Amino acid sequence: MRPILMKGHERPLTFLRCNRDGDLLFSCAKDHTPTVWYADNGDRLGTYRGHNGAVWTCDVSRDSARLITGSADQTAKLWEVSTGKELFSFRFDAPARSVEFAIGDALAVVTTDNFMDHVPTVQVKHIAEDIDDQTEESALVITGIKGRINRAVWGPLNRTIITAGEDATIRIWDSETGQLLRESDKESGHQKTISSLSKSLDWSHFITGSLDKSAKLWDTRTLTLIKTYVTERPVNAVDISPTHDTVVLGGGQDAMNVTMTDRRAGKFEAKFYHKILQEEIGGVKGHFGPINALAFNPDGRSFSSGGEDGYVRLHHFDSDYFSIKM
Amino acid sequence: MAAAAAQQKIRWGELEEDDGGDLDFLLPPSVVVGPDENGIKKVIVYKFDDDGNKVRVTTTTRVRKLARARLSRSAIERRQWPKFGDALKEDAGSRLTMVSTEEILLERPRAPGSKAEEPAASGDPLAMASKGGAVLMVCRTCGKKGDHWTSKCPYKDLAPPTETFTDRPPTSDGPPAPGGPVKGAYVPPTMRGGADRTGDSMRRRNDENSVRVTNLSEDTREPDLLELFRSFGPVSRVYVAVDQKTGLSRGFGFVNFVHREDAEKAISKLNGYGYDNLILRVEWATPRPN
Repeated sequence: MRPILMKGHERPLTFLRCNRDGDLLFSCAKDHTPTVWYADNGDRLGTYRGHNGAVWTCDVSRDSARLITGSADQTAKLWEVSTGKELFSFRFDAPARSVEFAIGDALAVVTTDNFMDHVPTVQVKHIAEDIDDQTEESALVITGIKGRINRAVWGPLNRTIITAGEDATIRIWDSETGQLLRESDKESGHQKTISSLSKSLDWSHFITGSLDKSAKLWDTRTLTLIKTYVTERPVNAVDISPTHDTVVLGGGQDAMNVTMTDRRAGKFEAKFYHKILQEEIGGVKGHFGPINALAFNPDGRSFSSGGEDGYVRLHHFDSDYFSIKM
Repeated sequence: MAAAAAQQKIRWGELEEDDGGDLDFLLPPSVVVGPDENGIKKVIVYKFDDDGNKVRVTTTTRVRKLARARLSRSAIERRQWPKFGDALKEDAGSRLTMVSTEEILLERPRAPGSKAEEPAASGDPLAMASKGGAVLMVCRTCGKKGDHWTSKCPYKDLAPPTETFTDRPPTSDGPPAPGGPVKGAYVPPTMRGGADRTGDSMRRRNDENSVRVTNLSEDTREPDLLELFRSFGPVSRVYVAVDQKTGLSRGFGFVNFVHREDAEKAISKLNGYGYDNLILRVEWATPRPN
């Protein structure tokens, strides 16, 4: 396949997200400006100007009308997708690390870092349909997690919130009361920081990627560990294919290997694993730096990866990907 | 007939200044060729340039069909959105979005024990060799390595990893971890997952302690190099490239040490050393190990 290279960001990529229809791709990077691209040919549609810090995360509403972004400038902002206009800004005491709309787009979960004296929090905000009614108040604030929370997502039917972060533990919280419902098992779970989390299409299972060089597949309701995928590099980004039994892992490089790695360009790869058999299907090379973001297109026919090199690479699969037999 | 003559000959008296536009009837019509089976389309347009000369402009484009995107109605609407933000200033030459010139494949994993490193999907060993900074010469024998050539190629067994070695036994080792010494494009066979420690590999390991010496004087030969380098440790082989026709040294040679540390010492001590009125350059023969 011939990937489409999109160099819209000057700084490393942090997050990629496709909209529900699969025609738009949103990219966040450390350069303060989230960008939206057309997902078929990689043309840039526009950028969202307004943040003053690295943008860590974003999510788009189901109708692709609203975009929410979380940034190191201690705000999460709501944008109008079509025009780039900033609609609202939620202010926090610490950098916002993860955002996600709930089903129905009436709520959003935002996490904040443990910055200076502040503990990391998970906050739920109401999203008003009419932007004039939008307020900053939180519907729910969850504290009590020690390490930085890298991802917080909604569970099925918005009943739960799932968090994962530096303490390598996945926790499921009740989204109405904030009570801790479940915690992942320490022995079988990740041993190092969980860097990324991605849900399956129907939210019945999700995959977490960790710096302990593995990714694990979990059941969303019971938090049972289903599968483990082992790799040689710390995992920075993960995603599950919406149509096929494939997961993809993207990673970086151990600090100690940096000096010994040959500087041949384009060697960082996104690794594909069979979701059920846990075996490696293959790798797609090309990035000049560690991969920080991965996103499958909802039609399962393409995926994009964002790297430390500032490039977004959009790949449309060849027919041989769909006919791989394990 | 007169009308035909009038067509051929421009009556200058009837022309006005800045009347280039009216001369278009003199130009052949523009031609559109293609797209052919490769998708190449040629558009040939004739026009007058500023000096009044007839100019033919040929534009060759390749028409490619991108992956078909099945768009929903709202997606089609979104396609019509005007650009905003930084994209407003975008012009055709901004080149933010480019199709990769390289064909990237979904590379299937290799069986354990096979070669660890392989050339890039589209790179070829020759490109890699020349990228290594070496002189762009192709050895007739091994056809790959870029910095030597003779019919008696001393480095044919150091060929890049695309050639297979017949005496490498399969092992149950996993693929070599990235933490091991990685030598750029080429991983010596002893460093790979299927390391073979027989006598054959002894010689190859020596070839990894190979030191390239350049900027030698014309009458430098093997015995000279041996004498110069033996003080650092036992030397398994020396070689000086000699031009067959003139009998003069080509200015470079290789010294293979038995021990790697001796090779390192030799490099650090002799690089820049003055020898026979020339400043020697001494370095690792293969891409640097770190």
